[in-house]
Formats: sequence, structure tokens, C-alpha cells
Amino acid sequence: MRILIIEDDAEAAAYLAKGLKEVGHVADHASDGESGLEMALDVAYDVLIVDRMLPKRDGLSVIEALRAQSNQTPVLILSALGQVDDRVKGLKAGSDDYLPKPYAFTELLARVEALGRRPKAGGEVATTYQVGELILDRMAHSCRRGDKEITLQPREFRLLEYLMQHAGQVVTRTMLLENVWEYHFDPQTNVIDVHISRLRGKIDKDFDRPLLHTIRGAGYSIRDMAD
Amino acid sequence: MRTTAFKLSFLYLVVFTALSGFLLIYISRTTNQIMAAQVVQTVDAEITGLSEEYVRGGVRALVESMERRARRPDASLYLLVDFAGNPLVGNIPQLPTIVLEEADGDVQRMRYTRSTGEGSTESGEALVRIFELRGGYRVLVGRDLGEQQRFANVFSDALQFWLISVILMAGATWFFVSRRVMKRIDGIAATSRTIMEGDLTRRLPVAGNGDEFDRLAGNLNDMLERIELLMQGMTEVTDNIAHDLKTPLNRLRTRVETALREAKTDDDYRQAMEATLDDSDGLIRIFDALLRIARVEAMSPEAGMGPVDLSAVVEEVADLYQPVLEDLGGSLDVDVAQGQTVLGNRELIAQGLVNLIENGLKYGCADGEEAPRIEISTRLDKDRCAVSVRDHGAGIDNADMDRVSGRFVRLDKSRSQPGYGLGLSLVNAIARLHGGSLSLHNAAPGLNVSFDLKTIGTPESIDIKEGSQA
Repeated sequence: MRILIIEDDAEAAAYLAKGLKEVGHVADHASDGESGLEMALDVAYDVLIVDRMLPKRDGLSVIEALRAQSNQTPVLILSALGQVDDRVKGLKAGSDDYLPKPYAFTELLARVEALGRRPKAGGEVATTYQVGELILDRMAHSCRRGDKEITLQPREFRLLEYLMQHAGQVVTRTMLLENVWEYHFDPQTNVIDVHISRLRGKIDKDFDRPLLHTIRGAGYSIRDMAD
Repeated sequence: MRTTAFKLSFLYLVVFTALSGFLLIYISRTTNQIMAAQVVQTVDAEITGLSEEYVRGGVRALVESMERRARRPDASLYLLVDFAGNPLVGNIPQLPTIVLEEADGDVQRMRYTRSTGEGSTESGEALVRIFELRGGYRVLVGRDLGEQQRFANVFSDALQFWLISVILMAGATWFFVSRRVMKRIDGIAATSRTIMEGDLTRRLPVAGNGDEFDRLAGNLNDMLERIELLMQGMTEVTDNIAHDLKTPLNRLRTRVETALREAKTDDDYRQAMEATLDDSDGLIRIFDALLRIARVEAMSPEAGMGPVDLSAVVEEVADLYQPVLEDLGGSLDVDVAQGQTVLGNRELIAQGLVNLIENGLKYGCADGEEAPRIEISTRLDKDRCAVSVRDHGAGIDNADMDRVSGRFVRLDKSRSQPGYGLGLSLVNAIARLHGGSLSLHNAAPGLNVSFDLKTIGTPESIDIKEGSQA
């Protein structure tokens, strides 16, 4: 993916760019809002990573200007403020995701990849997801793996749906909390792990090959390793 | 001169003077009219009498009658002249001929001079009527207006006296009112100056009579109370940042130092680095929690509030934690009325519940049991709905109850447990934001913690889902 980092902290930006390149992405860097906006309009990036506070032009205003020119490139906003109302402001301005600073690189990477591979706005959304022999039918609210019908609780269904929507990608615990439970705070107990292990008990137990993998230090990923 | 009290007193003076002047003028005018009418009536009666005398006894009888009448005390004015204008009888020695010539029988006002018998004369104003008899005689009958004049004088004196008293009274009122008002205002101003200089414990003086100044001072005092609380919060946050952040920072620093000094292999370094990363994550968590509490404390109640389906929020949180408790071997029971809508912030209510459940997980194990049993319930009281989370642990000593619901307090017993002592503080802040309070009591066994929310009549379940990314 081609990614633009608009961040005035040169060291943080260099670290970010290095990390993104290591996993095979192309990363450009702009150090202020004005040049960042110019680059974002010139080049077709897959994802923009925008700091909230920037010299010359505020991060939110960069996003607003982009959206005003019908540029729909997904934007991840980074902010040191990290408060509920601040996140709402960012999303209102047109950003697609929000990550408070300081962040873990794995968390940022997972979110950037999720944004970059998101179906384009207005595009067809698949009604069924498939990973290996696991099939989730969103219309019929049913799930099966091979010949076996799997009964899921509503929340388990949404959890699996989100995981399969991002099949092959890493999904962090925070992303799951935000998108499946719609909570934007971190419980101390790792509640997500318990839910994942229950889900795993339903879709992976009694099958020879596991589909739901734990990615150490990052989160979870659903993928068929045989692919 | 520029005070409101002065302006008000002045206005009062002007209006009151104008009103009393108007009243006095009206009364004196009306009185004058009534008295003049009386005079005319008397004159007319006399004229009728004299005419009758003339008809009955001719000029002689008329003259006699007039002489008799003129001699009476408090006599009217009389004059009888012949066709040539020579006076025949009467108590007025002379009259300008023209007055008599132009007589048309109407009442007129004129100055006169009359003899009072002993050779002296008196003059004055009178209302007179002149009429002509057959034979060219003309008769003048009139009455002195002195009485009326005296009456008018009395009125004018009264008016002056009245005006002076009004001005004096207004002056006195202004003096006392402005002194009283100025004293109160100066008191408020002086206190607010000391408050501005930094003494936030001061309060504006309240006289206790419930007047407008008391109400104003009361409101300002409430505001000061809030400001002081926020300032206290700030100080506490700073103090706790000093304590709660410096302790882990110190641990982190020691770890790095030790690694640099003692680590031999790459593996040692790696272990130290990983531990350092964990420490810094812990620091970030404390930071976030502190900031979140401060932000919730400073939030205005309107921000982000809306109708929230409380039953749904409780169910969701319970749904999140049920598997955790079941895996531990404990239980999470929910006893919540359906369709309970409250005014609040979904995210914060959920976080409050999560914090209470987390506390239950840590401290809620009954003696001899391995896993906690937690119960969530709601109780409706008028327009407030209290949400309680109850565990079956050891509870809290009654002596510590007040302390623990305060901010940033960690009981000695809990210091061995993981956590930063900020969970309840956040719940407290959330409860206060929702206009309620956090209350704790021992359920023996166990601790029952609850906070209350304002209910909304409509059972519509509208979730305020901020920033949903769907």
C-alpha cells in the first residue's frame, strides 16, 4: 500500500515510515498541513496517517479540505489528546479511524491495513464471507464450516463477522472492542480473549486446521493457512 | 452620582413631585370652581330678594333693604345708581362708570374698594352681577373673594411644604438606600477581590434576609464552590500524578539502569526491554485514566448526553463480562427492568459499570471461594434509577466508606492488588456528571456500589452511539 504520513515530529514519522516499509508498504512523509494536503491531492494514496496538531494547517482542517474536494482516501488520525469528544470531532471532520498517542506500532499497522483494504465507499458489500471452509451468511444470519452448522450468539456473530470482514489481516483487541462492542475504553481484564476463545471453541474445535489465530503481541487474525 | 441608587432616587423624586403637583393643582382648581359657584348662587339669591323689594315697594323699599343689608356683618357688596350713574346707596363709594355702562347681567370679576363704616376702607376682589331695573336704576350685588383667596393661599403653602418634604424624604431615602446598597456591593466587591487574588475558600457575605443581594451572593457562592472543587481536583490530580506516575517511572528507570549494569547476554537485554515496555504501557494507562477523570469532572452535563436504554447498556456490559466470570467459575447475574430509558452518555455509563465489575473481579471473592459472584440490578426511585453492582467479598470497613468514594484513594488492603486506585474515582466522576452520586454500603457479605441516573419517561430505546464506524 502507498501511505502518506503527515506528522510534524520528524523522529516519530521516520520510525513510522521505517516500520511500514519493513512490512512492505510505501511510505511518504509530509511535515506540515499545507504540504501534506498538496501531496494527498497529487498522489493517489491508499491511506493517510494524519497528526491532529500540525503546523500551518490543523490535521482536522486537512481532512475537511480533502473531503471538500471529494477525495475519499481513508484517513487515520493520530492525536495526543485522546479524549472521547476529541475522537468524535475527528470522525465528524471526515476521518475514518482514530488512534490516541502514544500508540503501539502493531495497533497502528493493524488499523492502517484495515483501512487500506476496506471496500470502497458505495461499492458492493459482500453478503457472505468465506475463509477456507468457513462460511458466514450475513443475510440469513447463519454460519457453517464444511457440513457442520454452527450456532452463534448475536455478539459472537458480530465478532466473527468483523474478523472475517478483515480476513487475513491482524485485528487488535482494541479494534474489536471499538467495532464489535462499541466501547472506546480499555477494560483491565482481557475480556476479548475470553470471547475469542469461546468463538474458537465453536468454529475451530473438532476441526483439524485452525482458522482463528492469535498473533502474539498484536491481536487476532482469521485466515486459512492452506491458501 | 453615577450609582443606580442615585438615579433611582432621582427618578422617584421627579415622578413623585410631578404627581403631587398635579394632584394639588387639580384639588385647588376644583375647590375654586365650587366656591365660585357658591358665590354666584348667593349673589343671585340676593338679586332675587332685591328685585322683589323693588317690585313691592319701589325705590324706597329697595334703598332701605340695601342699607339694612349693607350694615350686616359679613355683608355682600351693594351699590344702587340712578340712570345718570349717581350712587344712591351702597357700601361701595364709587365705581368706574364704564363697568356699570357695560353691564349685561353676567357675573364678572372686579377689584373694589369699600367703606367699612368707621371711615376706613378695604379693598379686594369680588364677583359681582350688575342688573338694570325699570326706571334706569342699576343695582350691583357682589361678594368678596377674600375667602377663596385665603383658601388658595393655604393650598399654595401646602404645596410648597409638600414639595420640600418630598425632596427631603427622597434625599433621605437616597442616602439610606445608597448607603445600604453600596455597603452590600462594596462587601461583595471586596470579597471578590480577595477571591481573585487566590483565596478560593472565601465566600460572599449573605445577610440572610433572602433579598436580591442574598440570592445573587448565594448563586455566586455556588459557582465559587464549583470552581474550588475543580481547583481542588486540579491540585489532587497534580499531587497524584506526582505520586502515581513517579513511582512507576522510578521502577522503569531502575530496571533500565540495572539492565545496563548487570545484563550479560542479549536475552537479558531483551527481557529488560520487554519489562520496560510493559512498564511504559502501565504509565500510559494511568495517564489515560487520570486525564479521563479530569475530563469527565470538567465536562458540562449537556455534552454527549441523550436518551440511553439503560437496560440495553447493562445487558451489553454483562454480555461482555459473563464469559469471563463463567470461565473463572463465578457468576454474573443481571436483574434489570426492561425498557428503562435514562438521560446520559452510553459510553460513560458502560465504563462506570465496567469499572465496578472489574473491582468485583478483584475484591469480590467470598471467603473460601475461588471466584467472585457479581449481581447487577437497577432500582427505580421517582425519576432516578440507581444501578448497583454487588459482589460477595469482604466489603469495606465503615470507617473507609467516605474515603473510598473520594478521589484517588487506595485502601491499604488493596495496595497489593494490581490497579491504580482510579476506577472508583472515575465512577464517582461519571455519577456526578449525571447529576447523581456514588454510594457504597456493605451488603454483608459483600459490597454494594451504586450510582443513579435521571430517567426519561419515554420508553424509546435510542442509543447514542458516538463515532460508530459502521
